[in-house]
Amino acid sequence: MKVVTTGRIHSWDLSTGVDGPGTRFVLFLSGCPLRCLYCANPDTWHMRDGREVTVDEVMAEIEKYRGFVTTARGGVTLTGGEALLQPAFTAAVLRRCKEAGLHTALDTSGFLGARATDGLLADTDLVLLDIKSFDVDTYRKLTGGELTPTLNFATRLDRLGIPMWIRYVLVPGWTDDPAAVDGLAAFLAGLSSVDRVDVLPFHKLGTHKYDALGIDFPLRDTPVPDLEMVDRVRERFREHGLRAL
Amino acid sequence: MATVAPTGVATTEDMPEAWRGFAGGRWRDRIDVRDFIQANYTPYEGDSAFLVGPTGRTRAVWEKVSALFPEERAKGIHDADTATPSTITSHAPGYIDRGRELIVGLQTDAPLKRAIMPNGGLRMVESGLAAYGYQPDPFVTKVFGTYRKTHNDGVFDAYTPEMRAARRAGIITGLPDAYGRGRIIGDYRRVALYGADRLIEAKRAERALLDARPSSPDVIRDREELAEQIKALGELTRMAASYGCDVSRPAATAHEAVQWLYLGFLAAVKEQNGAAMSLGRTSTFLDVYLQRDLDEGVIDETRAQELIDDFVIKLRIVRFLRTPEYDALFSGDPTWVTESIGGIGTDGRPLVTRTSFRFLQTLYNLGPAPEPNLTVLWSPQLPSGFKEFCAQVSIDTSAVQYESDDLMRPCTGDDTAIACCVSAMAVGKQMQFFGARVNLAKALLYAVNGGRDEMTGDQITPEMPRLSGEYLDYDELSAAYDRVLDWLAETYVNALNVIHYMHDKYAYERIEMALHDHPVHRFMACGIAGLSVAADSLSAVKYARVKVIRDATGLAVDFRTEGEFPAYGNNDDRADSLAVDLVESFMAKVREQPTYRDAEHTQSVLTITSNVVYGKHTGNTPDGRRAGQPFAPGANPMNGRDRHGVAASAMSVAKLPYEQARDGISLTNTVTPEGLGHVPEERAGNLAGILDAYMASGGFHMNVNVLHRAVLEDAMEHPEKYPELTIRVSGYAVNFVRLTREQQLDVISRTFHGSL
Repeated sequence: MKVVTTGRIHSWDLSTGVDGPGTRFVLFLSGCPLRCLYCANPDTWHMRDGREVTVDEVMAEIEKYRGFVTTARGGVTLTGGEALLQPAFTAAVLRRCKEAGLHTALDTSGFLGARATDGLLADTDLVLLDIKSFDVDTYRKLTGGELTPTLNFATRLDRLGIPMWIRYVLVPGWTDDPAAVDGLAAFLAGLSSVDRVDVLPFHKLGTHKYDALGIDFPLRDTPVPDLEMVDRVRERFREHGLRAL
Repeated sequence: MATVAPTGVATTEDMPEAWRGFAGGRWRDRIDVRDFIQANYTPYEGDSAFLVGPTGRTRAVWEKVSALFPEERAKGIHDADTATPSTITSHAPGYIDRGRELIVGLQTDAPLKRAIMPNGGLRMVESGLAAYGYQPDPFVTKVFGTYRKTHNDGVFDAYTPEMRAARRAGIITGLPDAYGRGRIIGDYRRVALYGADRLIEAKRAERALLDARPSSPDVIRDREELAEQIKALGELTRMAASYGCDVSRPAATAHEAVQWLYLGFLAAVKEQNGAAMSLGRTSTFLDVYLQRDLDEGVIDETRAQELIDDFVIKLRIVRFLRTPEYDALFSGDPTWVTESIGGIGTDGRPLVTRTSFRFLQTLYNLGPAPEPNLTVLWSPQLPSGFKEFCAQVSIDTSAVQYESDDLMRPCTGDDTAIACCVSAMAVGKQMQFFGARVNLAKALLYAVNGGRDEMTGDQITPEMPRLSGEYLDYDELSAAYDRVLDWLAETYVNALNVIHYMHDKYAYERIEMALHDHPVHRFMACGIAGLSVAADSLSAVKYARVKVIRDATGLAVDFRTEGEFPAYGNNDDRADSLAVDLVESFMAKVREQPTYRDAEHTQSVLTITSNVVYGKHTGNTPDGRRAGQPFAPGANPMNGRDRHGVAASAMSVAKLPYEQARDGISLTNTVTPEGLGHVPEERAGNLAGILDAYMASGGFHMNVNVLHRAVLEDAMEHPEKYPELTIRVSGYAVNFVRLTREQQLDVISRTFHGSL
């Protein structure tokens, strides 16, 4: 297999408690096959907008933080965009991170889960799996893509025993339908490697990016969920025995 | 009959009942509180579950005194005694609520009534009184204007024109030449452990060792100082007696130990209006007494917490009379009653006890407050229960600061305490001459302008060549900067020598120094401000192109920067190394200067809140900062230029070498609650992880604020809703609503590390 040495990235950042456990080096890869209506990072949609970097360059940057993120109970998270749009590059970075003794997380919609090789997944300690909706039509309208590949990916991760944190963005009028939540919860309750379900309230902090890019933000006028709605949805997941946070 | 012991040494037969059950020997034979602690303390590795809330008594006392705060805040001060220059024994006893108080003693005869301390400077007293509508007392004015010279008078008699010019221009500022220097920590624990009589005996022994020495100026001064120390200990005993406490003997119970220790501290704050009047490292010491009483069954946890709560109430109401100009520099009426908590012993045992927790618990029992300045000596080796509790307290109150125990312990030992914000000292063995700081950003502009001030056009340094090119050349600028910094270091340390000579002469800290060993180790604590502005400016010149804009007289007054340049605070060595070089090179220059009393040179990278005033007095800088705009506080990256989150920002600061800034390197971080994690229950663990990682990376100090910008904005509009809102600024905490408007805006404009 050809070793891919370059990829296209949007940026890197450090975050705490939001992209996996602890403080993490977060690599944002460029390019995404979905167009989620609530996307907070429209500036990562196109690979062509990214900066080409080598795996060595990325690792040199990560290396600067290896001690820090390890001590801070974290590691490295690959996200995007969609990291699996560049599966070979992603695999190479994950491999090198594991060689460096780092905890690795892959944040993905699962839409391109089939592109993740077993080798790539063997180097992934945790998958942050974004399931945007459990209703096929809603999923299509919300993301422009199909739901099935994500569910297949979840089943495969479960078979491989790779821990998952499910990410569920709660958008009033889009993803708060009790039946859809129940359906997803029932599906997840059947997977033993689901550690937790993060119910993430929809936010509009990316609005300025849309403005800067001169594109329409479709959910500009959609309200953010109130705390009560967030609690209610978390409770629905809990009723299925899931750890919803 | 006891055998004859060497002077100052008690024999076992003399062992007071107060020491019943205590182990160890060395501390009995000489004054050695550390040895006592090591031999007797009980490390606590559990969590916070044992803590208790406030009693009705505690609430009643606290409510009674805190009811006075709104009016004090509105008027500036609650009351002042204009006629009685304060000494240890000058004032009759005062109480908040005599029937309820457990720990007694006030600076004057009533709570919040401020005393005058004219030894530091009469002008400070007069303008302090005038600012709040009080008339200076004619007798005081006559005595200190006619018969008794002050520290302030002495300094200005000995300043050179160059020192005055540098001070006026604001390239050296905040100098303790008109007010008490502070930053000296008496070992107040000694009062509790030994009692004043035994301390006097030990001081007499130290003094006797000087009898055979020739009467050189140094020896004469030492003898006089020791004589003053002995008198001050006697005055402490008399003052304590007025409160019904016999501190001539050791404390026999936990209640007495807290009380004795507090009376020692009270004597200091009655005598000195020091810029920082820090408490030391008392919690684990007091824990030995509390644990003994708990074991003997004479107190329970509720009582133990009550004693600490009542003690902390007293520490919260320490007040000094200061001027509005002083407040512009150090806003919010800070006293820096810094208490250092935690840390690890040289034997590897954590110095965390239940009383370490009890001190932090006061922030819940009494509500958040800036004083005492609770400082956790952090190490990744601390017990996890304590780490999580500290982090939770930070998240809930934003009132705690953290300093690297692992960096300090090898330098100043495991009985180190912080004076003021970040200044480490071995308690009772080391003191410092506080030296405020120089303005490195302005110095860079002097390099461009040949020593002319960019705001006034005045020539401040001796004539130096100015840079004349259309664009700044990095090598040329570096060489010119080096020349200016040579001049600055020399002028600065010379001025500090004058100040501390005069402070020793006219406003000597008698009781604080009585609670130190003789001879004491002295530090000359220099400091730098504007580090990130200077480093980014150098980076702009090195990595972009900086065009100079000059006025008609040839003075560079502005810059146009063309292109991008790396900024300090992003863990980018290109910029960070410039900051490191500045710290190292200025320290080296300072070390070349002789110091008063052969003090050991140190420096801090700390501004407290003076970053606002420094910025106000500094012109446009090549990094793009506009004239008058505040500097970043302490060693912080410039607001908004640290773009990769709290970890990258902290790692840049962690590169500054502690060995070249032994007086401390201050980093103030503000993070939103969400910035510590999506799940609230995980935030304390995440914050503890960041502190572990920062300290393990070589970071020295971190203020942690956990809040939303919107809260601060609302507090500016509706201060009455936020009387307790506490925020860490640079090395201390303040009530946000007591900051000046400019300082509030500065805090709000700082980087909030959140998540998107």
